[in-house]
Amino acid sequence: MGETMNVPLLEGYRVLDLTDEKGLLCGKVLGDLGADVVKVEKPRGDQARDIGPFIDDTPDPEKSLFWFFTNLNKRGITLNLESYEGREIFRKLASGAHIVLESFEPGYLEGIGLGYAELERIHPAIILTSITPFGQKGPYAHFKATDIVGSSLGGMVRIYGDLNETPCRIGLPQFFFLGSLHGAAGSILALYRSQMTGKGQWVDVSCQEAMAKSLMDVPQWWDLNRVNIKGTGSHIISKRPEPLGELRVPRIWACKDGHVVFMFAGGAAPGMVASSKALVELANENGMALEIKDYDWAKWDASSVSQKEADKLVKPIAQFLKTKTKAELLEEALRRSILMAPIQHIGDLVQSEQLKAREFWVEVDHPELGRTIPCPGFPIKMTGLTYRPKRRAPRIGEHNGEIYGGELGLSGAELVLLKTQGII
Amino acid sequence: MQVFEGVKIADFSWVIVGPTIVREFAEHGATVVHVESHRYPDTGRVLGPFKDNKPSIDSSAWFAVRNSNKYGISLDLNKTGGQEIARKLVRWADIVCESMAPGAMAKWGLDYESCRKIKEDIIYFSTCQFGQTGPLSRYAGYGQLGAAYGGISYVVGRPGQPPPNLYNNYPDFIAPPYMVAALAAALLRRRKTGKGIYLDESQVEAGVSFMGPAVLDYMVNKKIPRPDENRDPYMAPHGVYPCRGEDRWIAIATRNEEEWLNLVKAMGEPDWPKDPKFSTLHSRKEHEEELNSFIAGWSSAYTPEQAMQLLQDAGVPAGVVSTGEDLLNDPQLRSRNHFVPLDHSFIGRHAYHAPAYRLSKTPHHLWKAGPCLGEDNLRVYKEILGLSEEEISDLIAEGIITTEADLKTFKPYR
Repeated sequence: MGETMNVPLLEGYRVLDLTDEKGLLCGKVLGDLGADVVKVEKPRGDQARDIGPFIDDTPDPEKSLFWFFTNLNKRGITLNLESYEGREIFRKLASGAHIVLESFEPGYLEGIGLGYAELERIHPAIILTSITPFGQKGPYAHFKATDIVGSSLGGMVRIYGDLNETPCRIGLPQFFFLGSLHGAAGSILALYRSQMTGKGQWVDVSCQEAMAKSLMDVPQWWDLNRVNIKGTGSHIISKRPEPLGELRVPRIWACKDGHVVFMFAGGAAPGMVASSKALVELANENGMALEIKDYDWAKWDASSVSQKEADKLVKPIAQFLKTKTKAELLEEALRRSILMAPIQHIGDLVQSEQLKAREFWVEVDHPELGRTIPCPGFPIKMTGLTYRPKRRAPRIGEHNGEIYGGELGLSGAELVLLKTQGII
Repeated sequence: MQVFEGVKIADFSWVIVGPTIVREFAEHGATVVHVESHRYPDTGRVLGPFKDNKPSIDSSAWFAVRNSNKYGISLDLNKTGGQEIARKLVRWADIVCESMAPGAMAKWGLDYESCRKIKEDIIYFSTCQFGQTGPLSRYAGYGQLGAAYGGISYVVGRPGQPPPNLYNNYPDFIAPPYMVAALAAALLRRRKTGKGIYLDESQVEAGVSFMGPAVLDYMVNKKIPRPDENRDPYMAPHGVYPCRGEDRWIAIATRNEEEWLNLVKAMGEPDWPKDPKFSTLHSRKEHEEELNSFIAGWSSAYTPEQAMQLLQDAGVPAGVVSTGEDLLNDPQLRSRNHFVPLDHSFIGRHAYHAPAYRLSKTPHHLWKAGPCLGEDNLRVYKEILGLSEEEISDLIAEGIITTEADLKTFKPYR
């Protein structure tokens, strides 16, 4: 067997990727793990190529940065599944594939004679992974979903935002990424099984379920105690019985050049006591918060402290934090074990010494642009394996020759005919 | 038969990410032993909600749901005798995992290299905020700190206002499926090669990866995404609108002209969309505030469920802004059997989550509620590790297997 440790985990497994924006990240992750992923697009290119942002803000099917990211590590072919001949070609490709990924409307593939039953007939070990907003069946199976609609039905919009104001979503799309990532996990589970038994199966992924599982304890708070968690803005609100009433303490604090998250707490958690103490010490060293320098944080108890007492602690801390930058506060947080972190934007993030030390940014070569583009890498390091993307995202039909010619043995002339007929 | 029937996991991980990863294997047939002690219980147990709002060591539904299908033991790893037992567990296991601060497992002789000496082909994963290496790797963090550092917190909320708190430590839920995928791939690779591997995950990096396109936008165009409440650069209308009822909302978005016209029709063809202010996407974006207030005027007459059904029937993307209550009652989640009731020894019957995917031939199976501390001691020590009853009594007497008597005062997270 030899030293096979340095071979990426999914090397040798072929994936055919029919997904649109709802499932593209799935194939990317499988490719990140070493699979041979082939993106199958419509002859003129997938619609996801129209999704921004774009290089130089110029919409162009070969300049979509959304496409670049979600199709990293994939080769690309074009194929018209609406045509009989196109479907025949697909059947040939499927007979040599381990996994097929799709995110069409439930029932579409079956309708064109390429549903799971048919794929299984062609290739019993094949896995079909279908990624949809809500799953293949059920009352919402044919609902239309965008990121904000899906995230709302997935429960993640309700929990952000200010109390008594409009609930907020995360400003970058997450719904389909989350579902696609769970789809990658499910696909590999099915692959593991099929490699043992020779039998594949259908993996039916729901993005809504992926999100409902990602809400911390929100479903549990309703299930157990009939409490609905709602966004409370930049504060933490603890409800206490009267006459104490509600306690509001900040979680997000303004600093000189932005904001930090600081977990203001104490009580029985030693880490929290030390953290709060250390922050006050830091403030004291800067001549501030002297009025609270002797406060015993071990005595802090959010279930019994009054808002007035809390405010006496909050005010000087807030004043001090406003005098320091994100970078200064991060450095002190590290040095003194303070439970605080700057709220960084992407510009801050690319300066991160930590991410650089982990070699998290990988340079992806785009020869036709005459440049490389640094891209987020894979968040898991593995012994003996260095993550290196095999290739940038494919151009339209870039690998038609390699795959149709090289693998299926079609001649150049045949390829021309197929192209002119709109089959590929 | 299930996917991971016969696969054995020694789960030294705590709180959110580690247990969530391992649970998915347990739900697909793996045998999992979750390790903690009464002197140092899994910190997940201090997180609510608690049964009847009464915090105690076994009453956290949060902890229970993270640890479905697992056997729970109490074992003091700070004692040499405890480390010896842990090594027996490693010898039994196919996979060992942890989520401690880097270096903690090494103190107990249970890091990857030590485990490899016990079992050459062991698969071992670590997951923590920043990963095992790098200047921040010793930075004890919580999920919210990682979300702040990793950039996601910045892009939420209203422009010019402090970002809202991310209640759910969101990157802590991006990290697990990455590791489930990688771990399953590692198991697959080991079947073919007989070789183990060490997997080192950074939860912050997982979060950053979900901003991929925006990262490229910065790298290429030097653009920084700013929070813009519920607006979208490429769609209008796009937002969250008030509905009838107390604090109820609906999300509505139109991706193209067709969906915009469908929306106008569904609203009963009012006059206001006829104004040229609203005739193109560009003009709608210029008058977005006015657009949104008109739509809010319409949506306020309906409950979110009514509005959603009306709009979806008309071909418009729309969705209830679901609360926990809405999720537990959601008809689609119900049809998927997403929430699975299990009987917990202390909490009673409560809801667990199914996976996000359904395997058609070898489905998941949730059969055991999260363990009370030490609940499965006898089964694990006797049946899995083969210790005699006498040996077990001795270990209890020596305090290596801890009991309720070793419990310090329980203080929930506040």
